[in-house]
Amino acid sequence: MSYKAKFKVWRGEGGEGKLEDFTVEVNEGEVVLDIIHRLQATQAPDLAVRWNCKAGKCGSCSMEINGKPRLGCMTRMSTFTEEETITVTPMRTFPVIKDLVTDVSFNYQKAMEIPSFTPPAGVRPGEYRMQQVDVERSQEFRKCIECFMCNNVCHVIRDHEENKTAFAGPRFLMRIAELDMHPYDVADRQEAAQEEHGLGHCNITKCCTEVCPEHIKITDNALIPMKERVADRKYDPLVWLGNKIFKRSSK
Amino acid sequence: MTQTTPDAPVRRQRAQIKVRTLRTDRWWIAPLLTFLALTAFLVYGVWAILDGSYFIDPYIAPFSSPCLSTSCVEGARLFGWAPIGDWYTLPPGLLILGLPGGFRLTCYYYRKSYYRSFWLSPPACAVQEPHGKYTGETRFPLIMQNIHRYFFYAAILIGAILSYDAILAMVHKPQGLGSWILLVNAVLIVAYTLSCHSCRHITAGRLNHFSKHPLRYKAWTFVSKLNAKHQPLAWASMFSVMGADLYVRLVAKGIIAFPFA
Repeated sequence: MSYKAKFKVWRGEGGEGKLEDFTVEVNEGEVVLDIIHRLQATQAPDLAVRWNCKAGKCGSCSMEINGKPRLGCMTRMSTFTEEETITVTPMRTFPVIKDLVTDVSFNYQKAMEIPSFTPPAGVRPGEYRMQQVDVERSQEFRKCIECFMCNNVCHVIRDHEENKTAFAGPRFLMRIAELDMHPYDVADRQEAAQEEHGLGHCNITKCCTEVCPEHIKITDNALIPMKERVADRKYDPLVWLGNKIFKRSSK
Repeated sequence: MTQTTPDAPVRRQRAQIKVRTLRTDRWWIAPLLTFLALTAFLVYGVWAILDGSYFIDPYIAPFSSPCLSTSCVEGARLFGWAPIGDWYTLPPGLLILGLPGGFRLTCYYYRKSYYRSFWLSPPACAVQEPHGKYTGETRFPLIMQNIHRYFFYAAILIGAILSYDAILAMVHKPQGLGSWILLVNAVLIVAYTLSCHSCRHITAGRLNHFSKHPLRYKAWTFVSKLNAKHQPLAWASMFSVMGADLYVRLVAKGIIAFPFA
């Protein structure tokens, strides 16, 4: 069964732009990205949208639908009423290139600032031997499809552009946690997490977890454990004393 | 036509959307309800601390336990013990309030709830916060949230004492409704305490080699399951401690006086 839906779509190049009204056909089983494609095909051939897999696995079609960060390809039209006006805007935290396409290079810059996996000296690839229980925690974080909706929704940078230099965002703090929990990684991640990547800015309000399309428990399984590891390292005199007495390392 | 080269200022701009949020759902309900519930808890807590009717044999109100000063009624003292002596004349609850209070104040779940509902930082996801500047938990006083684990150690003691109070009440008055209320409260308080993120970290979260510490890994697995329920346990234990405390005080005042009270 099809009906005509009312859409408001952000149109413009760079930051300048406005919401344009459209009335467009919607058919049973369609998702928001289908409707955006129909707009391109029928009414707005120059409407820019980034997309690729249409299966919720490439992380390309991140956008904001009725103000909420969502993947266009995973947002069913059946979740809206026929009378509802659906507003589609680009991700707010990143600069706009055109229409719904944002420049997400902030994220690639942050990714580059994190030192890669650092195995112990003398252990060569192929020599790693790990139990499943030791790598399970990190594997959850590998489900990330890099849609960057967690970084987009995080108020630390969404509402405060000035924090972008000091804060890596949940996506990359999760990457640091993944490496810090890795049984073979020997790099010092804890000091860097707090001092260079801004873990202390996180006030664990869990929006990153709420919007994650892969349902990764970013806050509970990555950010809070990382905060606790940093507390061990920097704020807990008992742990410091224990490490001195028993000659334990933090890794 | 707007310039679109990568260096053009306009290419470095976000979409200039002038409204705080485009969300169409009732996003404000959750922070409002949280604000009301936490405020009610605080108001009740202040009243309870100042209220003198905290003991009626064999029940002691959770907000005033352990009772550690000589001013405590004989039966209300923990193991009949009054280590604080007679110089302390203020309400006994004031002495220990900081421990469970600090545990909840620095709890990772409560932080989320009051940052959202009291400080509006942010009030809800994708809703712009009203503050011009944000430094999170990088500076004093909020950097002190990192001592949560010390409050956890204290909360374990408080949980043990509330359990002892409940068991004592069950032994002396198994038919009493108050004994069962105190028991349910103690179970919820202990479950909330054990589900804490610091507890999860201390059991084995800090390790990178679970396989070398199978017992700690088992404990971590158990705490992780509880931890997934930390939010509902936080609310359940908050209402239960308030309910149990009020019940004991109403019995002590004689307002509740049926035979199996």
